[in-house]
Amino acid sequence: MNDAKNTPVLEVRDLCVRFATNDGPVYAVNDVAFELGRGQTLGIVGESGSGKSQTMLAMMGLLARNGAATGQVLHHGRNLLGLPAAALNAVRGDRIAMIFQDPMTSLNPYLTVERQMTEVLELHRGLGRREARVRAIQALDDVKIPDAKRRIDFYPHEFSGGMRQRVMIAMALLCEPELLIADEPTTALDATVQAQIVQLLRELQREHGTAIVMITHDLGVVAGLCDDVLVMYGGRVMEHASAEDIFHRPSHPYTRGLLAALPRLDAGAGTLVSIPGNPPNMNALPPGCPFSARCRFVEDRCVTTLPMLQRLAPGAQTLRACHRPVADLDAMEAADA
Amino acid sequence: MSAVITPVDAAPAGRSPWRDARVRFMRHRAAVASVVVLALIALACVVGPMVLPNAFDSVDWNLMSAPPTRAGWHLFGTDELGRDLLVRTLIGGRISLMVGLLATLVSVTIGVVWGAVAGFAGGRVDSVMMRIVDMAYAVPYLLIAILVVTVFGRDILLVVAAIAAFSWLDMARVVRGQTLSIKSREFVEAARAIGVPTWRIIFQHVVPNLMGVVVIYTSIVVPGVILSESVLSFLGLGVQEPMTSWGVLIHDGAAVMGATPWMILFPAAALSITLYCANFIGDGLRDALDPKDR
Repeated sequence: MNDAKNTPVLEVRDLCVRFATNDGPVYAVNDVAFELGRGQTLGIVGESGSGKSQTMLAMMGLLARNGAATGQVLHHGRNLLGLPAAALNAVRGDRIAMIFQDPMTSLNPYLTVERQMTEVLELHRGLGRREARVRAIQALDDVKIPDAKRRIDFYPHEFSGGMRQRVMIAMALLCEPELLIADEPTTALDATVQAQIVQLLRELQREHGTAIVMITHDLGVVAGLCDDVLVMYGGRVMEHASAEDIFHRPSHPYTRGLLAALPRLDAGAGTLVSIPGNPPNMNALPPGCPFSARCRFVEDRCVTTLPMLQRLAPGAQTLRACHRPVADLDAMEAADA
Repeated sequence: MSAVITPVDAAPAGRSPWRDARVRFMRHRAAVASVVVLALIALACVVGPMVLPNAFDSVDWNLMSAPPTRAGWHLFGTDELGRDLLVRTLIGGRISLMVGLLATLVSVTIGVVWGAVAGFAGGRVDSVMMRIVDMAYAVPYLLIAILVVTVFGRDILLVVAAIAAFSWLDMARVVRGQTLSIKSREFVEAARAIGVPTWRIIFQHVVPNLMGVVVIYTSIVVPGVILSESVLSFLGLGVQEPMTSWGVLIHDGAAVMGATPWMILFPAAALSITLYCANFIGDGLRDALDPKDR
């Protein structure tokens, strides 16, 4: 939702993901929609099981065998859903790349980093092994791996976690993709390394103009990197707004709960705030708002009817799915305080 | 960059998981000794007949059923036709080891490809492929081998084919099981996300991860296959006289065991030592490659 309205790199419309399980269908993702322009970053936040990862896997055609996606995932206007594997393979890793959560397990332990990186270039660029190697070393240099010329012949177990994630990022950026999907890329790393990785992503984005979809439950990462934020809960979009609005003017009770649950250094050693209750059972979602069971602002209609994702006000940028007006939430919070 | 290499940055060249395994293998003394012994046996089988003065099919009319003697270099004695047993044992070893190697190679190749494809494809393809394995298990293999040899005649390659045709089944099952667990590892998903086609994922990404199990299992297949060759030869289905193999020699020696025990003793010892060595090596490989002990 930048001012420069160039054609979006990615446009997702009415994306739904359903899994057929022994306990009946599970609707993991429902009516997710967003668009992403060149060089933009979208953060998708939510608790475990909110459907954020499945949204990305569906976009990449990586759903488990029992999963089915409906809707549209438009990459420059071409729908990626239902594309044959060969056509999808031409896009994956080339125009759209992905970074996974755990760098410890997403590199093949029996192949050198060199082999894994050159394979990408062999597949998508038709480079020979030698050219590919040169390009791969360059990419490792770009992500600031010291002595890349030598380290490229290492096996993954010889790298630390942060270095492996750098390798993954270098690998994802080899073909200079327009879109990088990062599925919790910093979750498995410790805090100082997290900051380095976020910094690195930001630099690379500035250099290459890559659009990034950042899936995370770390709001600090969102604040550091994202333009827009999509807050998901129970497989639905709760709120979709600019990062600034999310942090300064959260309009949805769930977003407010998430922010309140952030531990703060300056608030002293009080008890940690949490949202009471547990995420909903995806097998049996309530007919109304999925957050209704845990929401402190709940009303009768929240339980019975599903709130639609609507603009906060005519012409406003923020989209929210809540029956209660923001003024009500503010009033109640003020009364509590 | 090369001018300032701190000790931290000057790490040694990539240490593959294989290199770690080799270090562990070298600590297993019995296995290392077995490798040496087996290498010596193989070397003797290859070189021995070339340098020894007797031919495997030449008859010494003066010394029939002679006990081991230095006269005429009959160190293992002679058989009832006066042929030198040392050379015959070595020549028999050539056949046995060759059949063992060849049949193992064929069965491992088929087993790995079959198991990896079935396991990775999953679903209906997996079911069909593994039911075929189940059905092959139910076939009485000795009967089929006898049938094949009687129909097509005695041919050493036929023996290899007959053995290989049945010994790949276990490998396929083991490999399939392992593939199932590797398939769900994240790097496979990562490979998909990079746009690697399925065939390439199987053979480039999954199979290298299987090699530990395959190597261990191969060390179990080798003695089994050598033994199968001996069984078939013992039953008279293997090589044709005057060519011989350990199984044939043991068969012939068993007939006259009471009078001339050396005729069974030496070939049987050669076979046993080979099998022991193969098993010890398998043991060492298992210790070296089993991730649980790391």
